[in-house]
Amino acid sequence: MPYIGSEDTVRDLRRVLSNPNVQSDQLRYRNTILKVIRAMSQGVDVSGLFSEMVKACATVDIVQKKLVYVFLCSYATLNPELSLLVINTLRKDCQDPNPMVRSLALRNMTNLRLPSLVEYVEQPLTAGLRDRAACVRRVAVLGWAKLHNLQTNSEIDAAVVNELYSLLRDPDPVVMVNCLRALEEILREEGGVAINKPITHHLLNRLKECDIWGQCEVLRILQRYRPQSEDELFNILSLLDVSLISPHPPVMAATLSLFLSLCSGLPAVGLAALERVRGPLLAACGNTSREMQFTALCHIQLLLRSLPGLMGEHYKRFFCGYAEPAYIKQRKIEVLVELVNDDNVAILLDELRGYCTDVNISTAHAAISAIGRIGRSYSDKCLEILTELLGLKQEHITSAVVQTMRDLVWVCPQCSRTVCSAVEGCEAEIQDSQGRHALLWLLGVYGEQVSSVPYTLEVFIDGVRSEASVGVKMELLTATVRLFLCRPAETQDMLGRLLHYCIEEETNMCVSDQALLYYRLLHCGIEETRKVLQCRRSDPSLGVLIGRPAEPINQWSYIFNTLEPLRPGAIETDDALTASVSAPLSLSLSPALSPEEFEDLWLQQQCPTIFRCSPQSLQAAMQLVNIQTLAFTPPHTLPWRVYLYTNTQNKHSADTCHGTLILGELLVKKNTAEKGIKVTLKQQPRDEKALKGFLSVLTTVLHALSSE
Amino acid sequence: MISQVFILSSQGDHLIYKDFRGEAGSDVVNLFYEKVTALTGDQPPVVMRHKDVHFVHVRQGGLYWVATTTADTSPFTIIEFLNRLTALVKDYCGSLSERSVQMNFALIYELLDEVVDYGYIQTTSSDILKNFIQTEAVSSKPFSLFDLSNVGLFGAETQQSKVAPSSAATRPIQSSRDQGGKSEIFVDVIERMLVVIGSNGVLMKADIEGEIKVKCYMPTCSEMRIGLNEEFSIGKSQLRGYGAAVRVDECSFHQAVRLDEFDSLRILRLCPSQGEQTVMQYQLSDDLPSAPPFRLFPTIERDNGGRLLMYMKLRCDLPPKSAGINVSATIPVPKGSVSLSQELSSPDQSAELQPQSRAVVWKIPRFPGGTQLSALFKLEVPGFSSASMLEVGPVSLSFELPKITATGLQIRFLRLSPFQPGPAQRWVRYVTHSDSYTIRI
Repeated sequence: MPYIGSEDTVRDLRRVLSNPNVQSDQLRYRNTILKVIRAMSQGVDVSGLFSEMVKACATVDIVQKKLVYVFLCSYATLNPELSLLVINTLRKDCQDPNPMVRSLALRNMTNLRLPSLVEYVEQPLTAGLRDRAACVRRVAVLGWAKLHNLQTNSEIDAAVVNELYSLLRDPDPVVMVNCLRALEEILREEGGVAINKPITHHLLNRLKECDIWGQCEVLRILQRYRPQSEDELFNILSLLDVSLISPHPPVMAATLSLFLSLCSGLPAVGLAALERVRGPLLAACGNTSREMQFTALCHIQLLLRSLPGLMGEHYKRFFCGYAEPAYIKQRKIEVLVELVNDDNVAILLDELRGYCTDVNISTAHAAISAIGRIGRSYSDKCLEILTELLGLKQEHITSAVVQTMRDLVWVCPQCSRTVCSAVEGCEAEIQDSQGRHALLWLLGVYGEQVSSVPYTLEVFIDGVRSEASVGVKMELLTATVRLFLCRPAETQDMLGRLLHYCIEEETNMCVSDQALLYYRLLHCGIEETRKVLQCRRSDPSLGVLIGRPAEPINQWSYIFNTLEPLRPGAIETDDALTASVSAPLSLSLSPALSPEEFEDLWLQQQCPTIFRCSPQSLQAAMQLVNIQTLAFTPPHTLPWRVYLYTNTQNKHSADTCHGTLILGELLVKKNTAEKGIKVTLKQQPRDEKALKGFLSVLTTVLHALSSE
Repeated sequence: MISQVFILSSQGDHLIYKDFRGEAGSDVVNLFYEKVTALTGDQPPVVMRHKDVHFVHVRQGGLYWVATTTADTSPFTIIEFLNRLTALVKDYCGSLSERSVQMNFALIYELLDEVVDYGYIQTTSSDILKNFIQTEAVSSKPFSLFDLSNVGLFGAETQQSKVAPSSAATRPIQSSRDQGGKSEIFVDVIERMLVVIGSNGVLMKADIEGEIKVKCYMPTCSEMRIGLNEEFSIGKSQLRGYGAAVRVDECSFHQAVRLDEFDSLRILRLCPSQGEQTVMQYQLSDDLPSAPPFRLFPTIERDNGGRLLMYMKLRCDLPPKSAGINVSATIPVPKGSVSLSQELSSPDQSAELQPQSRAVVWKIPRFPGGTQLSALFKLEVPGFSSASMLEVGPVSLSFELPKITATGLQIRFLRLSPFQPGPAQRWVRYVTHSDSYTIRI
């Protein structure tokens, strides 16, 4: 933060620093330097004092030396010529009998980050590798990595690399770990440090000597190792078993990561490892640090994707505390939804009900929609709670409840009767557009079952001029037309008024276009209108597969123990298409889609492609090629439908955001003359190549199935 | 791998900034602050991203402790490191606050320099660091009434009568070496309760998380032996005899603890390093060895004038000689409650209506065991309906129970060997906090 008077500060400091009286008084000198550093860390530009500080560097006072180095390392890149003056002092310090001074000098020499100084640094660094004191060797080893990154295009010095490899046997564990780190950086082009059998076993044997940071680093690097035989694999796994249940979350997470990568071919062993870390992960959820709790919760969510029953009996550990921040409460609510089973559903719902009146509105909404999601399996109990919440007559709660009920009815049409009687009369409390949107949808679809709908809609239509939200207006149009279809006598007049207003006066193109569409549709006759409007209703025989199937571990193991699970929002839309289209296409299931998102996207996209091939049971085959089937109609009904989705991924970009999302519908009509499957695909963002690739994968699967 | 570490005050002032790898500019500091203050309530703040820079931060002592890193780094490692860094700063500076960080910035730069090199964590052990750290801590000792806090520090069995002021444990560890400070050792048993009591008084959830912390101010301490209750048992199968066993479900120890005498005699042996460390952590789930410390008997009704009457009877079930302190009950009330009139049973209690959090907060500074307090709250709620009653509750209590452990864990003795020359003082203190204590209505 630059603040007023920074130039004066610098001028004053310079005057004091160059005052010989100050320079001779060690304490005053040191205090002035302290002031410089303080100004620096507050964001004042003190680079002008560089030459004065270079002079201050030549001192026997270690504290002063350290302070000056902090300054020099920050500003050296701005003053490469003056920095040359420091080198002499630093090189002299490298000969100092005190190891602390030697390591200090060596570290700061490499921290100056000046390519011009490389030639002066190499000699002390080479000497540093053979120093008696471990602390000097630690610094020297990393120094080579710094040096390499300063001049990346120069050739790698094979002698140094050999020396570093031999230092892996250094008695000091930190030197050993630093060697690994340095070699990783220097040999990055070759894929990092070579991990062969002797090195692996050497590292594993010395794992106990390292502190937790060193252990994490070693475990991370060992992920590249592929054991040569199953015996060796199990030997390694049993060596690692102790670290798997380590009380230190970083070690536990790094070990599990290694376990999963070693056992990628043995899913059963991987699942057993997940069972084993349950205790330490739960302990991390009770850590005193909120941030650690959050990290553990995010990773538990990952584990639950493969082992839904993992935490079932420990559900009480995920109850929210009163004083917890909202972001932890919301994660806990998400986890709780996953843990519902017949035994705990009553207690869990009771607990969730308590969160619905939380002071934090978004937490309250999260709790309400969690109840809605549990309602898909336990609809009666959940509807009871939701109806009771409507009784609170609070704007934000009512709105969230109505939205939740809409989502629930869409999935479980059998709940419609209860929902209809519950939402009657709650229009007065809902103020936000999303809530009204949901209410209008419910009223339109279930207009026959609620007696007061025409009056409610009339109020909306009378107020349409002051309505700001386009979505609400469009939903109002649809709802009124739907109501007209089932109760024409009561609705005709207001529908006329609404259409007239929307066509004649409405300025928004979407709304007036939709009104025109309905107007012309009604001209075509009531049967035509019915056909159009009722085909959007979901097929009652089409049930979403409740409870996601357990995913294989390798779906998520590559993001385990990275920052990815902690990032808000699983799906990020990225408009930039990757340039290298020539990369081989592969499919993946992440980012995952929920049924609602699927439905939203499905209704948005329009680009059908049709071709034919013969039918078979698909799900298993599809999962082999990473296509997720999301919903089925029950077998033996005609037409038989399957909905599925997948993401394409570009092999070269590590970032998964650059894929495109493909949604598909397979429709089997046996009663038609020719046997065949109609495939409809929708995609976002548009990418012809990916679509063709997907089609070829799909046809291969279907052909393979039909030839069986 | 850590690219930069910086510390910001809650107002966004730069306190410490250290760039380890020179990969990103210092403008990310302001960028971080803009991002973190722009977050809405439901967004998790721990990890944020700007292009390739990932910010991971923890909040401690009212400060932001931030590390920037790459996407594939382990969040467990970074967060553990930041927490460890705050602990180190606390050890070296005495306390953790904006002021202490500002005054000791040179010391913190020195620490960072030794702890991290080129973005790689080198060591965080205070045993190793003490050889390298040269700067002395500047500690402020403003006189404050709050320092004479009511959490007593009670000596181990030999010093029952002596009580140390609680600020004794908040001084920099280094002064003991250089300024001839007292050589002292503090052993704290701290437990946190997570309790949910149903409306019918049934215990629905009861978890206890506990830890034993050792804070050592001794420059050299060869070995320390901590004796726990002899009847201490781990897990359900290990119950010994029939007596009042002290049981925990899970237990983990610091790696420096030697457990060779633990199985037979329940003795932990360790060589404490300077500063604070957690020696043992334990958990007990779904079980409370004694009755829950507080019970609430609420009566909520509506009077003729349309006001909400809440009659709260709160009973403290602790043993008569002990007491809960800083007890505060938060009672959620219907939205739109405007005014509160109260009848409390003693003048030191207080209650107020907090419209922001929609709650009545009832504060009791001291609540002796075996007693009962009652309070009557009358609330004016415009537009009161029968549904508004649903908004009342659950009540959450926060409190501190000094000299009490909920599990019953005790420290039998604390021995230093070989015998220390000079007056080495040993202190043991017990405290139980409410992490979350909820009573449904």
